[in-house]
Amino acid sequence: MNIFIFGLVNSVILALTASGFALAYGVSRLANFAHGALYILVGFATWLFLNRLGINYIGSILLSIIIVSIIGGGIYRLFLIRVKGMPVSEIIASLALGIAIMELFRWRGFISEAYMLPPFINGSVSIAGVMIDWQRLIIIGVGLAMMLFLWLFTHHTKVGLSFRAIAQDKHASMMSGIEPDRTAVISLAMGSALAGVAAVVILPLGNITVETGYMVLTNAIAVCIIGGLGSWAGVFAGAFLLGFAQILTAAFIGPQWQMVVVLLFIILTLICKPSGLLGKQKELEERV
Amino acid sequence: MDEKIGRRERLDRGIKVQTEGIYAISSWRGIAYSLFPTVSFVLGMLIIPLVVPSMTWQRIMTIACIFALLALSFDFLAHFVGIVCLGGAFFTGVGGYISGVLNSAFGLPMVITIPIATIAGGAICTFFLLPCLPIRGIYFAIVSLMYPLLFARVIQALELFGGTDGLPGLATFPNIWVELYFIIPMTLILTFGLRRLVNEDFGIVLRAIKDNDQAVRASNINIAWYKTKAVFIASAIGCFAGACLAHLYGWVGLSLFALDFSIFPIAATVVGGVGTLVGPIIGAFILAPLSEMLRAFGPLRVVFYSFVLTGLVVFKTEGLVPFLQRKYHQFERWTEI
Amino acid sequence: MNEDVVLQVKGVSKSFGGVKAVDNVSFGVFKGEILGIIGPNGSGKTTLVNLITGFVKADSGMVLAEGRKLTGLAPDKIAGLGIVRTFQIPRPYHSLSAVKNLVVPLYSSRIMHTIGGKLGDRDTVALDILEEIGFERDAHVPYKLASAFSEGYLKRLELARCLALRPYVIVMDELFSGLSVSEITAMIPMVERLHMNGITIIMVEHRVRELFQIAHRVMVMNFGEKIAEDVPDNIMKNEIVRQAYLGVT
Repeated sequence: MNIFIFGLVNSVILALTASGFALAYGVSRLANFAHGALYILVGFATWLFLNRLGINYIGSILLSIIIVSIIGGGIYRLFLIRVKGMPVSEIIASLALGIAIMELFRWRGFISEAYMLPPFINGSVSIAGVMIDWQRLIIIGVGLAMMLFLWLFTHHTKVGLSFRAIAQDKHASMMSGIEPDRTAVISLAMGSALAGVAAVVILPLGNITVETGYMVLTNAIAVCIIGGLGSWAGVFAGAFLLGFAQILTAAFIGPQWQMVVVLLFIILTLICKPSGLLGKQKELEERV
Repeated sequence: MDEKIGRRERLDRGIKVQTEGIYAISSWRGIAYSLFPTVSFVLGMLIIPLVVPSMTWQRIMTIACIFALLALSFDFLAHFVGIVCLGGAFFTGVGGYISGVLNSAFGLPMVITIPIATIAGGAICTFFLLPCLPIRGIYFAIVSLMYPLLFARVIQALELFGGTDGLPGLATFPNIWVELYFIIPMTLILTFGLRRLVNEDFGIVLRAIKDNDQAVRASNINIAWYKTKAVFIASAIGCFAGACLAHLYGWVGLSLFALDFSIFPIAATVVGGVGTLVGPIIGAFILAPLSEMLRAFGPLRVVFYSFVLTGLVVFKTEGLVPFLQRKYHQFERWTEI
Repeated sequence: MNEDVVLQVKGVSKSFGGVKAVDNVSFGVFKGEILGIIGPNGSGKTTLVNLITGFVKADSGMVLAEGRKLTGLAPDKIAGLGIVRTFQIPRPYHSLSAVKNLVVPLYSSRIMHTIGGKLGDRDTVALDILEEIGFERDAHVPYKLASAFSEGYLKRLELARCLALRPYVIVMDELFSGLSVSEITAMIPMVERLHMNGITIIMVEHRVRELFQIAHRVMVMNFGEKIAEDVPDNIMKNEIVRQAYLGVT
């Protein structure tokens, strides 16, 4: 039972952190490697507002999420737009920016234990005989709500539908009046906002460190590769598969083997089904 | 009011046209013109250890060479095979650790550990990169970027090979001169070797694969095999750099997998000029001293060349070597229409 | 003309999503003949080429070459057996010269394993092939980068690439498309010369008039199905074919 609950928590954490990355990539084919950087940016910003400027918790959260969204959209508008269409240059540019941001934090000394965000609700509760803290429950709640929101958004709102249209066929959607650049800015902004939401619910579990940024990026990519890009179901599937695999490994083999498991899964996916479990990007496989 | 409209035009220099093809040896001036770039590059590299002011700087030059090798490997794969490998750190890590473990656990001397690390490391890296080869898109880039991060975590988690502390006390080069005059000539050999390779048949097929891999398949050539060989060459070069690094510092640790080693080569290549093979070398020798001067600022170095890289990539700059080539071979003038 | 069947297509089908691109097509190609394949746009001609040469996997059916099963083999293996193809939109190696474009296929297993050692200087062999297909053998033309050539030359380069592999079957995917009438007129003798050398040729074409000048037999496709297979004269008179092209009158 223990395993089920913590597996669930882990999976939702992975899904949350990956969703921002998946959105930007799924929609605009923009692999935003600054994703991890934006994640910790939200964390630090919230900390700053809370502790240095004395703004209340909710206000800090909202403020940092808004700021990060603007930064995310700005990254596209200022930098990535100039290299659009050249996927490698996009990766290099966003990666370099992400690293610049994260290392900037490291330089300013944000590596120590001192930076923490308080949990929303303190204490824990017993569910089915397992002690679990409220924060983790909140994570599950927020995560599931987020998944639902994203699904509804991309299926029932105009902007969301235009996201899917562009992902399927850029030129056809351009002919329908959807501007790819504007959509890209919005998708990156949303992706950053999602990263932000993930950050504020998950970071209270531990410290804010620069390493977290790199881990988040790695995990997001892993989830997207394993689950496949192009569908939320894929992100979900990948997150749950990886999430439970990690917890099971930690429980039965040893917590240090978790990373090995991630590595193995990625390699297996690439060998057996490169487009991922539920991926729709068949063109990633051997093409005619 | 009469407006004079003009445009800038670019013409080949007289001497370039005169020395085209076989006519290069028709005059002393012609020979000098043709050989000057190559000779000055080689001589420059060889003289560097003698002209730098202090031992610290000599050490910086060695490090620059290591990065130059990584940049060479990146440029080769990216421009001549069409594979973008963002995992330079993967090579340095694997090469460095193999060399370190062989030396530390088995006491093998440097002359043995370095070659073994090069070949075995190349094989191991190629093996792990194989699943990504047939896939289109940017998956290779993404996965190659992740491998060093993952491997570092695995080593750390499993406490392998010294875990977080690493393996200290490895053999080092006898003195700085041996260091320099081993690594620099090796760099030169590898650079010109690769240059030769891409113009010879194996390289021709690789470039064809980059241009149009379906056509190559239609010509009854197994592109997977060629790509594998190319990746092996590139990873062997990277592992060689990693092995040298291990014996330079006498120590291997998780830092061999640092993103530094992935980003720097790309920056060096972009600065020096993509596709020139020589450009990355020069780029590395420009960036390494700059980055050393910023060493006092710690992680700010990485910030520095990350920004430089972003700027260069985003503004699609030409690169130093193509710029110099253009100036050398052509001149510009304003003509009126 | 020998009655040996050199290529046999049996009941081959392929769907993409919900669309049946090739629907249960069967036919045979005789040794040394020129077989034309025509049909309106979207009739599945290029998919058929891809299926025969291995670039697309068939959903069902078989392709046999002299008794040997081709379906399921990778495209480079099929080319290695001597069954080569041209691409409708030429695919030259842009950053290489014309000569080097042809040196590449000379590294194929087919060549390496048969006459590899006796080939001599590959550049010379490449120049010979270029001359055969009409490139001038002066100092500059073969050394120009492939990206500098016109469509007519690029089509010839495609053919040259096939010839370098010493094939016995060439499948040409719309060789004449994108060419002017005079360019086509210049290409036809070249195709006939290949035929004289004993190579079996399958020509998928849109330019029916020009094709009928050289094809021995013609097959017509429509909506993925084979609707007729006969000599050119009879095809012209075939009611079903006329309906397919012109609609119901």
